[in-house]
Amino acid sequence: MARAKWLIPTIYIIFLMLPIYWLVSMSFKTTNEILGSFTLWPQNFTLENYRTIFTDPTWYTGYINSIIYVTINTVLSVTVALPAAYAFSRYRFLGDKHLFFWLLTNRMAPAAVFALPFFQLYSAIGIFDTHLAVALAHTLFNVPLAVWILEGFMSGVPKQLDETAYVDGYSFPAFFVKIFIPTIAAGVGVAAFFCFMFSWVELLLAKTLTAVAAKPIAATMTKTASSSGYELGLLAAAGTLTIIPGAIVIYFVRNYIAKGFALGRV
Amino acid sequence: MNKTVNQKAWFFVAPVLILVAFNAIVPLMTVVNYSVQETFGDNVFFWAGLRWFEEILRSPRFHDALGRQLFFTGTILAIEIPLGVIIALAMPRKGPWVSVCLVLMAMPLLIPWNVVGAMWNIFGLPELGLLGKTLNMIGFDYNYTRQPGDAWFTLILMDVWHWTSLVVLLAYAGLVSIPDAYYQAARIDGASSWAIFRYIQLPKMKRVLTIAVLLRFMDSFNIYTEPSVLTGGGPGNSTTLLSLDLVKIALGQFDLGPAAAMSLIYFLVILLFSWIFYTVMTRGEEQ
Repeated sequence: MARAKWLIPTIYIIFLMLPIYWLVSMSFKTTNEILGSFTLWPQNFTLENYRTIFTDPTWYTGYINSIIYVTINTVLSVTVALPAAYAFSRYRFLGDKHLFFWLLTNRMAPAAVFALPFFQLYSAIGIFDTHLAVALAHTLFNVPLAVWILEGFMSGVPKQLDETAYVDGYSFPAFFVKIFIPTIAAGVGVAAFFCFMFSWVELLLAKTLTAVAAKPIAATMTKTASSSGYELGLLAAAGTLTIIPGAIVIYFVRNYIAKGFALGRV
Repeated sequence: MNKTVNQKAWFFVAPVLILVAFNAIVPLMTVVNYSVQETFGDNVFFWAGLRWFEEILRSPRFHDALGRQLFFTGTILAIEIPLGVIIALAMPRKGPWVSVCLVLMAMPLLIPWNVVGAMWNIFGLPELGLLGKTLNMIGFDYNYTRQPGDAWFTLILMDVWHWTSLVVLLAYAGLVSIPDAYYQAARIDGASSWAIFRYIQLPKMKRVLTIAVLLRFMDSFNIYTEPSVLTGGGPGNSTTLLSLDLVKIALGQFDLGPAAAMSLIYFLVILLFSWIFYTVMTRGEEQ
């Protein structure tokens, strides 16, 4: 019993890796090989698909656009969430519980409901098809997420820390920046990671709010999938490249992932 | 923690409030506005009252989409929650393999949703995909673009692949918080492994599992991108879930009134479950 226990996670991980393997292996195949014969690994190993992506501007600008709006969104979300989370974790004020709940409802709101109104709102104020539009739209669910995660981390810091700092003569801003933020650095990292992640994986809003100038890589992919029929190798290469950023950063937050998904409440 | 009453805390919350209000309240009011009006284009609107709501609530199309949505959500919960618990129980508690397991298991969670859809689309192709080819080779007549049953099978398998790790991570976080002393006491009492699970592990996981159920419920209710890339709601309408139907009506046919009414009904369902989620989350903290 105890000896066979490792089998369960192993089988599960193999199940997780199979579709990913198929995508990666397809990205190294030529179109002829993909369509002509069924092969378990690339017979004529080629980097042609990746070369296309890195030299064709319609492809690589997609990545740049995605990275720009994800970065704007992460910085914006965490910056506004920090003081708010501090207020929720330290003070009681009129309507605090209602406000906290209202924030949560936005994390849960279906993007499909907001797609059309966002399109009209952002067109009206003239930021349609900009990186800012996507970054702002994603704050709808990322700001509540960041507030909840940070509040969870901040509540773990004893209040004596604040009081000692004031006795030592720190002003509030000095205390907040020099002492408090370094204390919850892990929390800030986790919040930033989750903002990055949810902005990176979301497509519906990103696609609705952009046309050409700020089009995300994901939208370029869906368009290729439907228009050019069977350029599967190219599609697979583009998909493989979108997995890499997540795979790199995940290592740093591996012990906090559960806490992040539970909105800071494990 | 003892919190002090301080109304000035509103200043700290103000930036968040302004940002989210701009993003949530303005669009939501637009939706409410459309839901009670009729338009024939050219920005001419007529008062329609509650007509759209009645129409949506009575339309077989909405009932079908809601039915499919409930079936989908029910099925994935019934698979992902027990499976996640079993995997979490079998995971190592310490040693170098813990990190390896955590990182590999979290991988699907970080892949853009349309890539998840595209990946399974390719994986399941009857002639070119590993899954499709294998199933056909061992004698199943599998084709997810033609047969509704196969489309559902692929859709559910994809969601299990995508999100079971979330349940695993949460359940695992609950498990590692159990002190060793509990297990030692159980061993002295001669408790069976079922008894350990039932009376030590399950109570400790209760809260994280509630969170997992609610998160999976709400996120699966909102699912759009993955099925839209995988099957596009087809074949026919057989896998058209609520979000897919809503986007078809709103952005495809531009029927703003019915789409808005449907959005609001949809939103109320989500609101109800958010409230349950909130109660569960905050009740645990007061203990």
